[in-house]
Amino acid sequence: MNEIHFNVDAGYLEGIVRGYRDGLITAPQYLNLTQCETMDDLKLQLATTDYGSFLQNEPSPISTSTLAARCTDALVAEFQYLQQNAAEPISRFLDYITYGYMIDNVVLLITGTLHERDTHDLLEKCHPLGLFDSMPALCVATTVQDLYSTVMVDSPLAGYFRECLSAEDLNELNIEIIRNTLYKAYLEDFYAYCRGLGEPTASIMAEILSFEADRRTVNITINSFGTELSKDDRAKLYPRLGSMYPEAQTRLARVDDMDQVKAILEQYGEYKNMIVGVSLSASAAGSGGGSGVLSLEDRFFGKEVQLNKDSFEQQFHCSVFYSWLRLKEQEIRNVVWIAECISQQQKDKISNYTPIY
Amino acid sequence: MGTAYGGYGGYGGYASYARAAVGATTALLALWAGLYLLLTGRGERFNVGGYLLRISPYMWGLYGISFCIGLSVVGASWGIFIAGSSILGGAVRTPRIATKNLISIIFCEVVAIYGVIMAIVFSAKIAAVSGERGFSRSDYYTGFSLFWGGLAVGVSNLICGLAVGITGSNAAVADAHDQQLFVKILVIEIFGSVIGLFGLIVGLLVTGKADDFAAGM
Repeated sequence: MNEIHFNVDAGYLEGIVRGYRDGLITAPQYLNLTQCETMDDLKLQLATTDYGSFLQNEPSPISTSTLAARCTDALVAEFQYLQQNAAEPISRFLDYITYGYMIDNVVLLITGTLHERDTHDLLEKCHPLGLFDSMPALCVATTVQDLYSTVMVDSPLAGYFRECLSAEDLNELNIEIIRNTLYKAYLEDFYAYCRGLGEPTASIMAEILSFEADRRTVNITINSFGTELSKDDRAKLYPRLGSMYPEAQTRLARVDDMDQVKAILEQYGEYKNMIVGVSLSASAAGSGGGSGVLSLEDRFFGKEVQLNKDSFEQQFHCSVFYSWLRLKEQEIRNVVWIAECISQQQKDKISNYTPIY
Repeated sequence: MGTAYGGYGGYGGYASYARAAVGATTALLALWAGLYLLLTGRGERFNVGGYLLRISPYMWGLYGISFCIGLSVVGASWGIFIAGSSILGGAVRTPRIATKNLISIIFCEVVAIYGVIMAIVFSAKIAAVSGERGFSRSDYYTGFSLFWGGLAVGVSNLICGLAVGITGSNAAVADAHDQQLFVKILVIEIFGSVIGLFGLIVGLLVTGKADDFAAGM
């Protein structure tokens, strides 16, 4: 029955976001991009895409960081257009998407405050999608205690903070642990919210968010090797959803090296193929790897792209907004990767991007 | 599941309380009325068949006509809304779909036209009578057939309009992505628009044998 009333609030926006999806760079265009010899060539090729208008005013020797910034501007402009035109429940759904970026921004600001950096500089580094009203007030807060009591309580993230952390924790805990604890609370809340939206949004988002949870579980496990994070604390960081919850998570909480992770992942059909051929020494966080061999992280990106593409197969649901954003982010990563390869003359690795369409 | 910043369940709670209260009140009133009639020895007044027969056949007939046109228009406009909003959104990036997908709007509009035609055909059977006439067996038959014929046409056109609207929205979105898909989805849309015709035919057959009001006197 969702088909009957979905378009009342969201029909126009769904048309818009599908239009954005059609603007994503296609395989032939990627081929043209990889043929570029200089950054100017690349800029010329990108002029025919959605990024064209954002890049045209840049002076010609363009750096990869400027390119990334302008591409992000294009993404933000499109997302904000959606937000400005959204009504319930889409507006709330879009707000939920931005919470993920808010977490990153807040963690960035907390790190800066701990190291007594100038918060004004930090604010400029924040992702524009994760800005919230009381964010400029973060500049006033000079200690972590202030940050928590004056700013965080008014932000949309207050609930996640309240459940997971107290002001004392902010000083003592490792910053990555704070990030993962917040993100875990966010993922679980977002998952519960999507389930409340009814079919088919619920089932499609469940699949995407479960995968996200699984990916985080594996990454947390791999990144905690060789750190002082205790195994109990590690288990507390795993999101309580996804196909690995709870059985594989209990086992992953106890492993000590990459071999054991691999043995556990091999028991899961969807991850079995993913882990084949991944070199054991390669860190999951490291992007790229040698030419031809994709790292585990790249394989996760490939799987994520696949899931997000699938959500466009159905109409009249909210997941397309989330999926488009994820695909667009992946596209920006691809463009930046290609740009880096060109500017550093590493043409042999240039095809290690994750194709979308 | 730890819902930290949720609150989406709050409204649902109040709505369900309100629904329960309204339901309980209605049930109590019905029980009171029923027991009142029964215990005062007037239980036979609760006579559904007699009640229906006391209603004028004119009322049945006119209800049928208004259902016919009303539900058809609701279906058509709803379908146009569903298809139109998607066409509008899709046409922002690919303006070429706008003119092509007007066909979906026209298919929805046709549904309303079915309703208008049938309402005109039905209303031809209505004629004014004077005095105590208008309650003959023939009049009852005309009234009931107009009612159910009109309802059949109206409901089938409502569903048809929704079906065409949803497929029209699919067609717009698919056309914006890939031009070749338009004709394929249009075929499905045509099948959807045919179900309105089924209702139309049945409506004609049901009322076909009914005489005009008071003609059987």
